[in-house]
Amino acid sequence: MEAMLSLFIKAVFIENMALTFFLGMCTFIAISKKIETAVGLGIAVVIVQAITVPANNLILNVFLKDSALLQGVDLRFLGLISYIAVIAAIVQVLEMVLDKFVPSLYQALGVFLPLITVNCAILGGALFMVERDYTFAESVVYGFGSGFSWMLAIVVLAGVRERLKYSDVPAGLQGLGIIFITVGLMSLGFMSFSGIQL
Amino acid sequence: MKSETSKVITTPLVANNPITLQILGICSALAVTSSLKTALLMAVALTTVTAFSNASISAIRNHIPSSIRIIVQMTIIASLVIVVDQLMKAYAFSTAKQLSVFVGLIITNCIVMGRAEAYAMQNPPGMSFLDGIGNGLGYSLILIIVAVIRELSGSGSLLGYEIFTLVKNGGWYEPNGLMLLPPSAFFIIGMLIWVIRTRYPEQCEVHDFKIHEKHGLGNR
Repeated sequence: MEAMLSLFIKAVFIENMALTFFLGMCTFIAISKKIETAVGLGIAVVIVQAITVPANNLILNVFLKDSALLQGVDLRFLGLISYIAVIAAIVQVLEMVLDKFVPSLYQALGVFLPLITVNCAILGGALFMVERDYTFAESVVYGFGSGFSWMLAIVVLAGVRERLKYSDVPAGLQGLGIIFITVGLMSLGFMSFSGIQL
Repeated sequence: MKSETSKVITTPLVANNPITLQILGICSALAVTSSLKTALLMAVALTTVTAFSNASISAIRNHIPSSIRIIVQMTIIASLVIVVDQLMKAYAFSTAKQLSVFVGLIITNCIVMGRAEAYAMQNPPGMSFLDGIGNGLGYSLILIIVAVIRELSGSGSLLGYEIFTLVKNGGWYEPNGLMLLPPSAFFIIGMLIWVIRTRYPEQCEVHDFKIHEKHGLGNR
């Protein structure tokens, strides 16, 4: 139990998806203008991440691992294409399920849900899970934790940007430039968690 | 025709750079630039994938039903990335290990998808191939600039060769460890955007709110 908790803390603070590994940057910067949309996208990422990382863990262990499917056949080179296919399929299914059973949440998430397929934080989570050889239980915790870390970062950035739009920024730095510097400062702040010993 | 060809290759370099103007493919630009060697390998990998995926998607563009085009594009891109990944593991194993998950993440790199969707779906294969090369080079340019700044000031070397003699080796240069950490990548790209937009003022974004002179900053 304690190991799981420390894995969660590590995934959220020390190895923050957006601020330490720079994953999902395109959407991170494009969709952080308002706190409400940032929260919506963040929730969608947490849900998708918490489902796809364990699902890919199963795919890896049941089909792709050395001698898992057939004796002496190692299918790990097919990893990338199967992970992305699993992610695309799960996002599609999730979209249909939400539309049917929780239409209010589906309305709120809107276009963000399909966009998540190409968010590198999702594929990145799956690839880190493979690289670090997590067990199924660990992958559940890691998936949830890394999704949550991304949500935390985008909501904080959206909060900063809502304030930033009233400030007087040099013309060339307006927009993208100042956002990069803001994110740099946030990332510097998150560096302070790297001293935590777990 | 000649001028159009060269335009397709040269405009993405600075004037319409994928990273600083189109905001595409930033993730890997930040993560792999702490040393020049990984940045170069990543640049080559991405340029190859973008060029070939553009060419092959453009070749079959009239046969792809628009409702499933994303899946078709994704399959082509993922297959190309697997080829590149396997080649890297075969010929540059140690650098590929340092790149860790970022080679796989070329699949979701927005430059590849973005160019396929924005250019290759409307243009013939030859030009799409060149567009892929051009955008790949624009990406490579930013990657190389950032990596040179970070490796030179962070460890005093380039490609592992010592340029500034470090203090611990009896020289004069004290390495700036911050440059090797994640935040510096954000700062350098932010500054690069500032430089490019000072050179090309038409790229500047407009203020959401105008600050009037008389309300404060005027009499400073």
